[in-house]
Amino acid sequence: MNAKTISYIIKRIILAVITVWVVITVTFFVMHAVPGGPFMGEKAISEAAQKALEAKYGLDKPLGVQYVTYLKDIVTKFDFGPSLKQRGRTVVGIIGDGMKTSVKLGLIAAVIALACGVVLGSIAALRRNTILDRIVMVMTTAFVSMPSFIMGSLLLIIFAVKLHVLPANGAAAGGLILPIITLSLSPMAHITRLTRSSMLDVLGQDYIRTAKAKGVPYIRIIFGHALKNSLLPVITYFGPMLAYIVTGSLVVEQIFAVPGIGRAFISSITGRDYPMIMGTTIILAALIVVMNLISDILYKIVDPRITLE
Amino acid sequence: MKNEATKKMTMHIDVEDLIPATAEEKAYVVQMRPSTTFFKDGVRRLIKNKVAFVSFIVIVLITLAAIVLPIFWPYAYDDMLGNVPGQPMDASYNNLKPFTYSRTEQAMIDAGESVFPHVFGTDSAGRDYFIRVVYGTRISLAVGFFASIIVLIIGMTVGAVSGYCGGKVDLIIMRIVDIIYSLPDMLMVILLASVLKMTLGSVIEGTVLESIGSNIISLFIVFGILYWVSMARLIRGQILSLREQEYVLAARAAGAPGGWIIRKHLLPNCMSVVFISVALQIPSAIFTESYLSFIGLGVNAPMPSLGSLASDALNGITTYPYRMVIPAIVISLIVLSLNLFGDGLRDAFDPKLNT
Repeated sequence: MNAKTISYIIKRIILAVITVWVVITVTFFVMHAVPGGPFMGEKAISEAAQKALEAKYGLDKPLGVQYVTYLKDIVTKFDFGPSLKQRGRTVVGIIGDGMKTSVKLGLIAAVIALACGVVLGSIAALRRNTILDRIVMVMTTAFVSMPSFIMGSLLLIIFAVKLHVLPANGAAAGGLILPIITLSLSPMAHITRLTRSSMLDVLGQDYIRTAKAKGVPYIRIIFGHALKNSLLPVITYFGPMLAYIVTGSLVVEQIFAVPGIGRAFISSITGRDYPMIMGTTIILAALIVVMNLISDILYKIVDPRITLE
Repeated sequence: MKNEATKKMTMHIDVEDLIPATAEEKAYVVQMRPSTTFFKDGVRRLIKNKVAFVSFIVIVLITLAAIVLPIFWPYAYDDMLGNVPGQPMDASYNNLKPFTYSRTEQAMIDAGESVFPHVFGTDSAGRDYFIRVVYGTRISLAVGFFASIIVLIIGMTVGAVSGYCGGKVDLIIMRIVDIIYSLPDMLMVILLASVLKMTLGSVIEGTVLESIGSNIISLFIVFGILYWVSMARLIRGQILSLREQEYVLAARAAGAPGGWIIRKHLLPNCMSVVFISVALQIPSAIFTESYLSFIGLGVNAPMPSLGSLASDALNGITTYPYRMVIPAIVISLIVLSLNLFGDGLRDAFDPKLNT
């Protein structure tokens, strides 16, 4: 790694830290702009109880002090406060519970999308302009244009309502199959297109022709030379893929009633559970920012030809 | 000798050079293709692109249907047909299957009157579902269009100023753009939309904006805050390369003020890039709107949008799956054809891609 790469990495890390800080700040002040403030329940409580609650969470202090406390709690203790609707539970606890299901869902979807996307993209590139290529391209175009909630609902109608082959409820046995398919289709389509175009690009390079000329077996050219190099651009898609899966899982978990973090987030929005909204937004946003950072840095390290500003 | 005379460095003009060409001389000029403008050339390429052309026709048809159909459709989108003032509620209007009639309507048909059919049936509150889908399409298209216009205006202004001024101004604006760009957009949209939904209602009460509904206004605000950055980046890049052109130098030497140069020279030259990215921005705005409507942050009830119709349909999905399928198909059709048309537009009008 040369000095330029290191300075790029440092710059990116600083930008990521600033971004997370902006997210926390925006979330905090936007939430406190809501009339009544974040800790105001809908039920009318006695004035004494209100005072006690305010004193407990420091709401009687000026907004600036509250902000500093909130920031300090996050950085030092990873504490996002208590949930308003689920009494006695902390935001981190609820998110941690939801994460168990959601991480499983998201990871499996990502792996499937990656595996299928790379295979389909390579096949489409190697069989360029054949019927197979056309079918793959038409399918991926359709999947890219279809919002995740539409995809989920249609799969639900077809497989759970009409055919009765898979359960509609995500908590049931095998219930995660449909949500996983729903979440993986669109990233898979993106990866397919990415792999196809970069594979076509690589296949036209001089070193592939050289390898062919010196008699390297076809299989070795594909797996040893072409595939390895054409997979590099796919790394850049890791960040956006995670962002898609996170936002997609918000609705997909809603549709299939999966007890994950997405459903907890949506119900906290409808239930006006402010600390929960703040905590989930910040944690998910930080996750996406970090993933973007990692995929950008990884791309730079594995492919030193890339010049970055 | 004659050759030497023409090469002489002199201001003397040979009159013979300025005589109009005779008809005989004109006949020598071979015209390969009739001369064309950049715009005409682009349109020609666009029409030749079958996928883009078909997508364009689909968009036009859907837009026309969304505008025209509600005018002469006998039912309104918020008309609960079973609830006629002064008469007992007729619950048989609710949840009608396509092309079936309620008891009241059946009685009217038996009496020889003609009743307009419910093409897609009615929803659980007895509202004609077809007109709700049409109206939802109208809302979704309008939101997508106006959100893109807002993004265009903000992005174009900021990008043009940043690119033209350069230096410190550019540096500061671009750092802000970098940060907004790296924010996870959907999460921020959800956060802002959910907060604006709670606060905006009381702010706009009594003004003209109230009739549009607080949720749509908040949607526009969210778009205005978050999505202008990629447009600003695009315009800035264009301006940066354009402002080094000789004609800009000439204009500046002639004493033209900065704003005038941006408006008259720089922006018109980035127009093709701008239109392409607006065409691609509209489907993504429609996408976002339907997503927000689906999770309950979209348009205010009883106003329908395609996303909220799909969301409502989720409750009765086992009995009335077609109520989900119809808006789903319409959204997919709109987004798909707008995307394909945008791609075609880019292929036809982006000179850098022409080889």
